[in-house]
Amino acid sequence: MRRAVIAFTAFLGGLIFLLASGPATAWADGESVKGTLKSQGQPVTGVKISVTDEGGKPVGDATSNAQGTWEVPVPSAGAYKITIDQSTLPAGVSLRFKDRSTLTVQVFEGNARNVLFALDAATNQSGEKTPDGTAADDESDAYWGRVAQLAFEGLSLGLIIALGAVGLSLIFGTTGLTNFAHGELLAIGAFIAFFLNTTLGLHLLIAAPLAVLIAAAFGYGQDWLFWGQLRKRKTGLVSMMIISIGVALFLRYLLLFLFGGSSQSYAQYTAQEGIQIGPISATPKSLVIIAIDVVVLVAVGLALVYTRIGKATRAVADNPALAASSGINVDRVIRIVWAGGTAIAALAGILLGLSQTVNYQMGLQVLLLMFAGVTLGGLGTAFGALVGSLVVGVFIQVSTLWIPPETKNVGALAVLIIVLLFRPQGILGRRERIG
Amino acid sequence: MDWFLIFSRAFEAGIGSEAIIYCLAAIGLNVQFGYTGLLNFGQAAFLAVGAYSIATTVATFGLPFFLGVGIGLVLSVLLALLLGIPTLRLRADYLAIVTIAAAEIVRIIVRSVALKDTFGGTDGLQEFAHSFYALNVFPAGQYSILGGFIGFDHRGMWVLLVGWVLVALVSVILLFAMKSPWGRVLKAIREDEDAVRALGKNVFSYKMQALVIGGVIGAVAGFIFALSRSSAQPDLYSTELTFFAYTVLILGGAARILGPIVGAALFWFLMIFVKTGLEEAINKQVITFLNVNQVGAIQYMIIGLGLILLLIFRPQGIFGDKREIALDAR
Repeated sequence: MRRAVIAFTAFLGGLIFLLASGPATAWADGESVKGTLKSQGQPVTGVKISVTDEGGKPVGDATSNAQGTWEVPVPSAGAYKITIDQSTLPAGVSLRFKDRSTLTVQVFEGNARNVLFALDAATNQSGEKTPDGTAADDESDAYWGRVAQLAFEGLSLGLIIALGAVGLSLIFGTTGLTNFAHGELLAIGAFIAFFLNTTLGLHLLIAAPLAVLIAAAFGYGQDWLFWGQLRKRKTGLVSMMIISIGVALFLRYLLLFLFGGSSQSYAQYTAQEGIQIGPISATPKSLVIIAIDVVVLVAVGLALVYTRIGKATRAVADNPALAASSGINVDRVIRIVWAGGTAIAALAGILLGLSQTVNYQMGLQVLLLMFAGVTLGGLGTAFGALVGSLVVGVFIQVSTLWIPPETKNVGALAVLIIVLLFRPQGILGRRERIG
Repeated sequence: MDWFLIFSRAFEAGIGSEAIIYCLAAIGLNVQFGYTGLLNFGQAAFLAVGAYSIATTVATFGLPFFLGVGIGLVLSVLLALLLGIPTLRLRADYLAIVTIAAAEIVRIIVRSVALKDTFGGTDGLQEFAHSFYALNVFPAGQYSILGGFIGFDHRGMWVLLVGWVLVALVSVILLFAMKSPWGRVLKAIREDEDAVRALGKNVFSYKMQALVIGGVIGAVAGFIFALSRSSAQPDLYSTELTFFAYTVLILGGAARILGPIVGAALFWFLMIFVKTGLEEAINKQVITFLNVNQVGAIQYMIIGLGLILLLIFRPQGIFGDKREIALDAR
């Protein structure tokens, strides 16, 4: 027993030593306060933060860098007051709670304490107090300005979800597989682009299309070497669903293994000044993202309706046996659907990484939203997935008017459950699919 | 390489509180998935309901401990009803999607800043396990088992005693329940729902009963989870907990009473064996191309890979029968 205790203690000591000197905390020699300033998922740069001790004696200042991060070392453990200089916030960004510009935090020994300032996009500056008696009118203006802004952001998010969901829905339609690893296909796309972009130093405009091509090959190979083989073995659908969970776990932690756990950004287009369009403030990149979304979605839609392979895809989704007997090579169609679905999922991941950050858990987070979109629109229908995802995206963002932003996904997931209660086939689904 | 340390830690984990928690969670899934063929992907929500019922009742509202246990059981029944009503008439994957969504809803709500005063935000709740440890029959001190090979302190011993007694109790009840006519109806639903309906059984009601019973067992697992750590933290109840419980169940063998028990012990033995082994190898410079922070990721990659390989090559696990597993349900 004693030997085990000694060994265990030595082990723990070694672990603590290693952890303390590991790369994660190596830059935090001793105590400090740090944080990341973000508004709508965008880093906020050039904001001045000052730190004083409890008595008000200044300890240090910092300015947030291009990633929105700041750090101030402090001399010892204890309580510190952190003040954010609101006048240095860029236009269109403000503190969510104006009276909380100073926070008091406890810093423990050897601890780099994270301090969070909640920032919001201030959509309509005129909505703030006006000297004359028209405050009520302005307040209502500000409210609708905020609604418009959130609806715009929701549309942008919904389009990205839709890109991912179309692939999920097509794969479900043609193979019957509810792919729990589809979120990881987005994450992998985002990380391939991240690798090409930061490690190999390619410009994002080259890295992104390259990543989409690699993802297409990955999707093709995945069906050829893995899922196709499982179908040949006549593996059951529930079995395949649980296998996809294994695949998701494997891929997610492979990304953690390779790239680490922190959120990353691409080398280009990280922080951009918003431009004002009517009541909406949008960064140029968000407009480009929406344009790419729309173009790709329209292209996929047209391909499904008018091209031979698109028609074949819909035929296989409708009735694989009948499609096969009318001369369609079902396996080839499924393989192309996998390649295409993975490619647009990768594109969605890159766009999501561009509008927020690249993180190994992004796949899991967006997977449930895609499920919500797909179920809302009707399982197995590509156009239903599109409509459902847009509804989910807008609903998530607009719901932050009434519920705290960190719980915004709750609304979308609750809607998913309520829709199943009243219209299980979804908006565009057909009754016979739900069995 | 200290093999003594690696094996003793792995054995401790194999009979320790983690094994008990995942065993109970997997027994709940066994009732739902193994016997009835229901794909509940939201078992984490039931554990969270159990854990937070005790934690909130005692730590936030200062009410008695056993009231918290009662509230947890009642809430887990309500959650099962809430999930079952919209989805049990639909195809299997709808239940899967709805339950996974519900688990996320529960987690997001208990970790939200807005409800920090009630649920403690991301830090969770502490200071609620006193009444549980006040009942401890073991006097304070260290206890060694197998001649010092493995050991626990008195609190650990109390958790193990309560936990394994609960596992045994639930298993014996289920053993008789599944042999009864009621249990045979559940298995029949798994095999052919329409045939059961044709025999005049109310399939929806039976499925709901299975969902409720599995959920209540999940809540019991949540009690042990919270009490063994004396804290309830929201991010421990992520969807991955559910997936690991599935891995435990499939490893041991679904639709078998011993499946979850052996599965949980073996799962945690292997997990900690790999983890401690790798950490030892890295610390002793046997492996130099990895660092300690990557061990967690490798552990989870192995679980993912294990789940894939199990389902492809041995879906019945150690004890199961391949014909008895609901893997083709639509």
